[in-house]
Amino acid sequence: MNWLQNLPDYLVLGLTRGSMYALVALGYTLVYGVLQLINFAHSEVFMAGAFGSYLVVSQLAPGEHGFLGASMIVLAGLLTGAIVSALIAWTLELVAYKPLRQRGAPKLAFLISAIGMSFFLVQLFGKLFNRFSGNPFPENYLDKNAPVLELGGVTVTRIQVIIIVAALLTMILLDRIVNGTKLGRSIRAVAEDAPTAALMGINIDRTISRTFLIGGALAGVAGFLFGQAFGFGNTMGFDQGVKAFAAAVLGGIGNLRGAMMGGLLLGIVEAIVPPLPFIGIEWTDVVAFVVLVAILVFRPTGLLGEKLGRAA
Amino acid sequence: MSLLEVDDIEVRYGAIRALKGVSFHVEEGEVVALLGANGAGKTTTQKTVSGMMRPSLGEIRFDGERIDGVPAHTLIHKGICHVPEGRRVFPRMSVLENLEMGAFRFKTHDEAVLDRVFELFPRLKERVKQLGGTLSGGEQQMLAIGRALMGKPRLLLLDEPSMGLAPLVVQQIFEIIREINDDGVTVLVVEQNATQALGLADRGYVLETGEVVLSGTGAELLADDRIRAAYLGEEIAH
Ligand SMILES: Nc1ncnc2c1ncn2[C@@H]1O[C@H](COP(=O)(O)OP(=O)(O)O)[C@@H](O)[C@H]1O
Ligand SMILES: [Mg+2]
Repeated sequence: MNWLQNLPDYLVLGLTRGSMYALVALGYTLVYGVLQLINFAHSEVFMAGAFGSYLVVSQLAPGEHGFLGASMIVLAGLLTGAIVSALIAWTLELVAYKPLRQRGAPKLAFLISAIGMSFFLVQLFGKLFNRFSGNPFPENYLDKNAPVLELGGVTVTRIQVIIIVAALLTMILLDRIVNGTKLGRSIRAVAEDAPTAALMGINIDRTISRTFLIGGALAGVAGFLFGQAFGFGNTMGFDQGVKAFAAAVLGGIGNLRGAMMGGLLLGIVEAIVPPLPFIGIEWTDVVAFVVLVAILVFRPTGLLGEKLGRAA
Repeated sequence: MSLLEVDDIEVRYGAIRALKGVSFHVEEGEVVALLGANGAGKTTTQKTVSGMMRPSLGEIRFDGERIDGVPAHTLIHKGICHVPEGRRVFPRMSVLENLEMGAFRFKTHDEAVLDRVFELFPRLKERVKQLGGTLSGGEQQMLAIGRALMGKPRLLLLDEPSMGLAPLVVQQIFEIIREINDDGVTVLVVEQNATQALGLADRGYVLETGEVVLSGTGAELLADDRIRAAYLGEEIAH
């Protein structure tokens, strides 16, 4: 059977997509942890990262580059994506959420504010840059589809290696921050019990700001990776955002390990199920959400439950 | 100069006036008890002292310095450590992590203080790796007190440390509060358990619907008919 033969390829594809879902899902889950709020504008934070990294990569890419040069360009793309998205997320919190928080606004007001910011950012980037999706990143410097690894019929391309390795390293870094630093400890404490965290000397507002910075940076890394792999545009956030949010819920919103697992699982399901006989690629999104609903029916709090636990 | 001076504070929850001009003072080295029925305003008083709430009127001074309106996360640097109502240990952090949280204001925790906490509460030492949320009520209270001690308090605020605990455990907790005070920590303890609290306290204040209605030394209050009637459940013989 064809499907079985291709399964290893589908798995690699799924892992690639899933790593990007996971990076974005972590941002939803981090913010949910400290604020019990779904930051619906997070998808646009992701989009902004793609734009930011494009501006830098498109400057650096022309000309001849060796392996080292190309690696440096990728690194620059990752970093600018992370920085731009982190700053957008931080600003978002400052203008759209913090004023509401200080006035004790109801949860619904945050939701409206988030949706408003999401529209605003989509339109802003559309106006400032362009209105089309699928704009390509420079590719010549990278030769992204060149095979890196061929193992028993599976071909792993350069861009796939970059995505998986970058996502993995980013998540390891996140784990070090959350479990190994005082900042991480304060994020966990605020997520568990904010008023008591304040009694320990933790500045809640500052911790929330920094949580947005971290979540934003993760989304920015994904923004660059996604843009480099599939192209970018001002509306690119919606689809990825909804899927990543689903992944966060799948894993258990508020749970970091859950977001990683949920992202990878969603990516893999999306890659291996639709090509099955009698299903078809056009059913990809349906398959993804059928799985989400099925899991939530049996585990309403997601795979790992609704808690900001330790990262993997 | 008193260590803590609370001067005619009014505290509101929106339109509700929870404290209507409360004044009291705590001297360095004392144990002072705040007594009163449910809803009298004891918790609100402590929350205002530790910076979780700000008074709408009145002043609070610590070591002679105005602290009303200073947020909790800043106030802890002055050495005011609050064990809140309901203990509020971090449920998904281990016992050790909870204790480390208490020392968050320092770069690293002080090993000597940690040793002292384990000496006071050997039970915590046996359970360093256990998650806070899985401890018994008494152990959580010990953890909450230990966590506050890690912040090296000059003034320790305890909100109903005996709540929901078996009499034997209450006894134990109050003995430990005595030892903590002997270590030089000033204590302001809120209690409904008036006998225990007044047995321990140098002085006490009785709150009723947001006002101080009685004050005196522990012994005076214990002997007061109104206290005996209201909090010790005794009939007044006429
Ligand atoms: N979060 C709140 N919102 C509104 N009213 C409150 C709140 N917390 C306490 N109160 C009211 O303030 C008064 C004092 O409460 P509290 O300080 O908790 O009393 P105590 O600790 O002595 O039982 C009560 O009337 C209570 O109903
Ligand atoms: Mg109370």
